Amino acid sequence: MDPMESIKATFFQECDELLGDMEQSLLALEAGEGDSDTINAVFRAVHSVKGGAGAFGFEKLVGFAHVFETTLDAMRSGTLDVTPDGLKVLLRASDVLNDLVQNAKGQGAVDESRVATLKEELEAMVGGGEADDAPEEDWGFKPITLEIGAAAPTSEWTLRFKLTAKMFANGHEAHLLLNELARLGPNEVCLDASELPDFETIDPEGAYFSWTVKLPAETAEADIRDVFDFVGDESIISLAREGGELEAPAPPASAEIIDVQALIRQAKAATPDASELKLAAEGAKEAATGNKDSGVERAAQAGATIRVDLDRVDNLINLVGELVINQAMLAQSVEDSGITRSPNVVNRLQEFEHLTREIQDCVMAIRAQPVKSVFQRMPRLVREIAASTGKQVRLVTDGEATEVDKTVIERISDPITHMLRNAVDHGLESTEERIAAGKPAEGVVRLAAFHRSGRIVIEVSDDGKGINRKRVKEIAVNKGLIAPEVDLSDDEVDNLIFLPGFSTATVVSNISGRGVGMDVVKRSIQALGGRIAISSIPGKGSTFTMSLPLTLAVLDGMVVMGGDQTFVAPLTAIVETLKPKQGDIRNLGPKGAVIAVRGGYVPLIDVGVALGWRTHAIDPTQGVILLVESEIGGRAALLVDAIQGQRQVVIKSLEANYQKVDAVAAATILGDGRVALILDIDEIIASKLRDVQPARMLEAS
Amino acid sequence: MGLKVLTVDDSRVMREMLLMALTGAGFEVVQAEDGQHGLEVLPGAAPDVIITDINMPRMDGFGFIEGVRRTERYRGTPILVLSTEFDAAKKTRAREAGATGWIVKPFDAEKLVAAVNRVAA
Repeated sequence: MDPMESIKATFFQECDELLGDMEQSLLALEAGEGDSDTINAVFRAVHSVKGGAGAFGFEKLVGFAHVFETTLDAMRSGTLDVTPDGLKVLLRASDVLNDLVQNAKGQGAVDESRVATLKEELEAMVGGGEADDAPEEDWGFKPITLEIGAAAPTSEWTLRFKLTAKMFANGHEAHLLLNELARLGPNEVCLDASELPDFETIDPEGAYFSWTVKLPAETAEADIRDVFDFVGDESIISLAREGGELEAPAPPASAEIIDVQALIRQAKAATPDASELKLAAEGAKEAATGNKDSGVERAAQAGATIRVDLDRVDNLINLVGELVINQAMLAQSVEDSGITRSPNVVNRLQEFEHLTREIQDCVMAIRAQPVKSVFQRMPRLVREIAASTGKQVRLVTDGEATEVDKTVIERISDPITHMLRNAVDHGLESTEERIAAGKPAEGVVRLAAFHRSGRIVIEVSDDGKGINRKRVKEIAVNKGLIAPEVDLSDDEVDNLIFLPGFSTATVVSNISGRGVGMDVVKRSIQALGGRIAISSIPGKGSTFTMSLPLTLAVLDGMVVMGGDQTFVAPLTAIVETLKPKQGDIRNLGPKGAVIAVRGGYVPLIDVGVALGWRTHAIDPTQGVILLVESEIGGRAALLVDAIQGQRQVVIKSLEANYQKVDAVAAATILGDGRVALILDIDEIIASKLRDVQPARMLEAS
Repeated sequence: MGLKVLTVDDSRVMREMLLMALTGAGFEVVQAEDGQHGLEVLPGAAPDVIITDINMPRMDGFGFIEGVRRTERYRGTPILVLSTEFDAAKKTRAREAGATGWIVKPFDAEKLVAAVNRVAA
């Protein structure tokens, strides 16, 4: 990648982080939890966005950030009070800033009128528009052209300058200035050392010399003055053309000195934390020069996080996967060799296994990230839906620090977004309805995350009206999703909303009605190996609960045998396992069979045959049935020879190592070194449903 | 071996842009994320020139410059301030603290390198 492009990518990444943190800070202030540091942090975030945006020429972004920053600066310096109304403006301004960032990224349009409105509101807060001040290049020196009548342009320049002790202390060097001047043309330098005192009284850090330099006539005055722009104009004693009068010290410079003193006092007065600053500096100096211990301690504080390429972590995870497999193989070999009677071997082996598991957990934890990055995008979403539906909504989040694998994080944002939309749009009643029902006008939507039995659970709940079961059932019947006479439990009715093509809204609203229903949410969650459920209490509200695996690198699977091969079926897809009785099996002609399960028939698929390891299906009564469900809700009975047990396996991609194989999701290596294929349940069911009489499916015995 | 430059900026983007501009000119670069961090890495970095931002968390640029100037070995090391701000009071305060020069962001890589060369002893 072009280095500038890569830095730009970093900029956007940084923007997203800053904007996220900023919103958190603003919300904390709104909740009355922030302090002066919080508003400072918000200021710095906007300031950083502005700085980076300037570097890439995002003018609109810079313009808005500048106005925003000015208002924040007034707040942090205490000239503007932080009021609830003010915070509302800041929150909306942060949304606009976010829009502008996304727009700069090339994503999404910007509502120009909204930008303009917010700009005005921000400016109004600090009291009218501010003067346009264009950046200057450096110390603020403005070259002034002096008309010196007597001076002919042909006469050469005479410059006298002197450096003060302070200038030397600030890192300036006379020889550097002389070098710079030498670049302007051939010159003549004369050192005046007349002020140099006796050796006894000399201050080694004092400044005693001044220089007189003659420069060519064609040199521009601005170029000469430019040499001194860092040092400051005060260093120039005089600058004039030969024959002309020696020019007095530049008036703006001396004027500035007086002004400067006042400004310093002002600046000091306006910075109440100056003493704190000094203390911090003292402390830091101690660390800089100080002993090892405090240095180490500080380093620990400063280096609480490191950034590592994801590739490296993935590589490590892969290797640890190998290690786990190797450990299992070693344990098996040791057992086979019959030396397990030695307690030493057994103990060390157990210890090894324990350590391996621990390493695996630690490595997985590296990729784990708090769900905060997803959660913090949600308040804005809820604000917007609330505004467009005219409802009053408060979003409460909980468990933001809950960690989950990065691959999972990237994919839970959409389902959460949709569930929140649903909660506000369908779950909560309108303000009038709420008041009529004796509820507070403001509805509460709660988004929470927590760990439960090795999985992450994300809950979206609302205190709305709950699911209208009668209406849900009616719709399901009308749409032909269920038979009218079916008797369903409350739970089953609630879960009807996950059926494909179901939508409870009588009018398709522009918020939830985007063509995706809860079925899509359910499918995307199942694709991650997760499950979703709903519970609802009429009049009190609904809660959506989704549970997801903490990682996509390992999988809980059922190890099964089929046609002398070992397979792994993902546990999440298995509904139940059963031993079929002869009476449950119905042969459908010579090419297929179905099995009766709980009053319904599902297709019977012999896994060994489906994958081509044998040509004849076994007698179902001799095998075991795995009743599986695909992500789209299709069911099938997988016939296998035997179940070996439940195990956590490390997923090895076949695409990465070989190529995509039909009906196989991935592979893994078992403890005894055998390669086992992980079944792609969806594909197996889909191919079965597509082809009612698959060629491979031969006559059942 | 080229000049060694310590850059102090809380923005990762700025640090990367400085890195690109400075290493492109053959300088060696050491980075710090704020003033406090800058003072911590200072002894190990042993820079010939320092470039610092002003608005930073934990310790701002003024505090950092004062800290550097209080460290015997770096009392005369040139320090360039690189900031989006440009008001005279801030500049004066930086100069009082011991800054050598001031460059306004966004910066031009060539000008920045020229400025570094100009102050480097």
